[in-house]
Amino acid sequence: MLEVKDLHVTVEDKAILNGLNLTINAGEVHAIMGPNGAGKSTLSAVIAGKDGYEVTQGTILFEGQDIFEMEIEERARAGLLLGFQYPIEIPGVKNIYLLKAALNAQRAARGEGEIPAPEFMKLVREKSAEMKMDPSFLQRAVNEGFSGGEKKRNEILQMLVLQPKLAMLDEIDSGLDIDAMKVVASGVNSLRSADRAILLVTHYQRLLNHIEPDRVHVLVDGRIVKSGDKELALELEARGYDWVLEESAA
Amino acid sequence: MASEEMEQLVRREYKQGFVTDIESDTVPPGLNESTIAFISQKKGEPQWMLEWRLEAYHQWLKMTPPSWAHLDYPPIDYQAISYFSAPKKPEDRPQSLDEVDPKLLETYEKLGIPLHERAALAGVAVDAVFDSVSVTTTFKEKLHEAGVIFCSISEAIREYPELVRQYLGTVVPQADNYFAALNSAVFTDGSFVYVPEGVKCPMELSTYFRINAANTGQFERTLIVCDKQAQVSYLEGCTAPMRDENQLHAAVVELVALDDAYIKYSTVQNWYPGDEDGKGGIYNFVTKRGDCRGDRSRISWTQVETGSAITWKYPSCMLRGKESIGEFYSVAVTNGRQQADTGTKMIHIGEGTRSTIVAKGIAAGRSDQSYRGLVKIGPRAKGARNYTQCDSLLIGDQCGAHTFPYQEIGNSTATVEHEATTSKIADDQLFYCRARGIDEEDAVSMIVNGFCKDVFQELPMEFAVEAEALLNVTLEGSVG
Repeated sequence: MLEVKDLHVTVEDKAILNGLNLTINAGEVHAIMGPNGAGKSTLSAVIAGKDGYEVTQGTILFEGQDIFEMEIEERARAGLLLGFQYPIEIPGVKNIYLLKAALNAQRAARGEGEIPAPEFMKLVREKSAEMKMDPSFLQRAVNEGFSGGEKKRNEILQMLVLQPKLAMLDEIDSGLDIDAMKVVASGVNSLRSADRAILLVTHYQRLLNHIEPDRVHVLVDGRIVKSGDKELALELEARGYDWVLEESAA
Repeated sequence: MASEEMEQLVRREYKQGFVTDIESDTVPPGLNESTIAFISQKKGEPQWMLEWRLEAYHQWLKMTPPSWAHLDYPPIDYQAISYFSAPKKPEDRPQSLDEVDPKLLETYEKLGIPLHERAALAGVAVDAVFDSVSVTTTFKEKLHEAGVIFCSISEAIREYPELVRQYLGTVVPQADNYFAALNSAVFTDGSFVYVPEGVKCPMELSTYFRINAANTGQFERTLIVCDKQAQVSYLEGCTAPMRDENQLHAAVVELVALDDAYIKYSTVQNWYPGDEDGKGGIYNFVTKRGDCRGDRSRISWTQVETGSAITWKYPSCMLRGKESIGEFYSVAVTNGRQQADTGTKMIHIGEGTRSTIVAKGIAAGRSDQSYRGLVKIGPRAKGARNYTQCDSLLIGDQCGAHTFPYQEIGNSTATVEHEATTSKIADDQLFYCRARGIDEEDAVSMIVNGFCKDVFQELPMEFAVEAEALLNVTLEGSVG
């Protein structure tokens, strides 16, 4: 589904990613781990199309299509969705309005008509109940005055409504207490399906106790230096990153 | 997002730019006593009115245009302006829509204001001002039943001279400022509203202005009086055709609210802002002032300003009555080369008076806008309160926004709060929306509309929808 080949990215002339390779197939859950500053968030930001990142080399194919040829919104409509580490506040714009606009934009791209209002309301109520969000959240301005945990749950709510093909979750566990973490994890787990892939970017192993990954990658200095199954995450938790660094330096 | 892209996004052509081909009965350019006498005579005015105009004219001659505003424009040649223009045969007024010049109706059609349909569907009485003369007035019957007077100011001067004489110039005196003095001398039309004691006006009153004849200054004069316990909601909306030469517009609006009266005055203004180089737009120098003369009276100004090359406008409230309330809710959008210096004045005179100011400025393109607000608490205004919030949103990096808040506090028991923010339309907000599949243009409009929400919700329902649409058109780009 997603194929990242030899990706080199610089930010303000500073090299962040140095030849990153990654292949994700439908149905898989991948976790990218690594020390701070390794370039974890850069990868998902580049895939989503955020400004300020210069791709100096390499390609990213999504379902065989070169995503560098696509605008930000085209990528989202194709099914690439980024859950933000720090969700943005948009004063005066109702949460439900953003959801509806996003869903309809994606439906239009698929040649479908706008979702009928009753159907939309039913969908959104159902999904917000899953995320244990009070319906009043839908009427509030996007992320405005939300607590850290509420913002993260809101990101997952968007995923549940928009049903992306590839869900990228950037540090979705940061700032969550254990109860919120469980709700977020169960939301993410409900997204798991044979035709969908999930990419988790995380610093801590604890998220992976709740969302079991198929593959774990260690990102160091802009490159994936080690890949493995979920056992690798446990090992990182126990031993830290230093041994991987030494191994890769050797 | 790159600023050129952003610039392209907000650039758009004026959609209401067309000219209606109706012959005008226009005086040659120039201003002197005989021009004023001509206007007064054309309007069939009584002698006192002519004298009042001439008094204003003599004051005006001694005055100089204000230079304190943050605006830049060449000096105006007041002798090059024609001060009277009326559609042909003004005395031959149509009695119903069937008699109205079809071309005029067509104009309204183009503006998206099908008069008959609108009036019938929305229950709005429309006093349409077309080149300085009210052409048609609807729903007069229903208003008449309620005892509400809603007519052109010229008609009011002829039919209700006592009322007009009692209130005209009592809120904005003839020599209040340069443009008000000019208006007092040469005003040609506008609206008059009187709501009698205890009457709640049964419908929203609406006037659509339109400047049409080339090189003709538009000098509207509006006077709204709400007697004790009376209420009225007045809607003013404007568009103008595309022009090469700058058109001067110097209107005066006076509101008077007596004890327990409530006047809500809403404006959606969409005058021609000029082309991309700023050429040809309307100069809008307006004096709008409300007088909360009675105890517990309330005056509320709500405005959405998207047009004009230059805007100089400070709808104000004189809070004289005990516990009277003044409100100002404003959205000003500037694009291209537009300049706006706008804001409000809240003058607290009476005890326990309260005022609220919410001003939202959106600057795009190479435009420049300033918020200028005065909150003045007089020595007798015990326990007066003011809350001011002004927020500016910049789109792109070639525009400017400035805030000039003035406070004069003459009573130590008063509470005055001021909050101000300036933000760039955040790239991260745009990215967030686009990363959900929403295209750039829709995202900009969503963010901007969200920014204006506090003000839009103060507009009458129907106007709010229009305002949102107008804002979208204003910021709509030619992005393919």
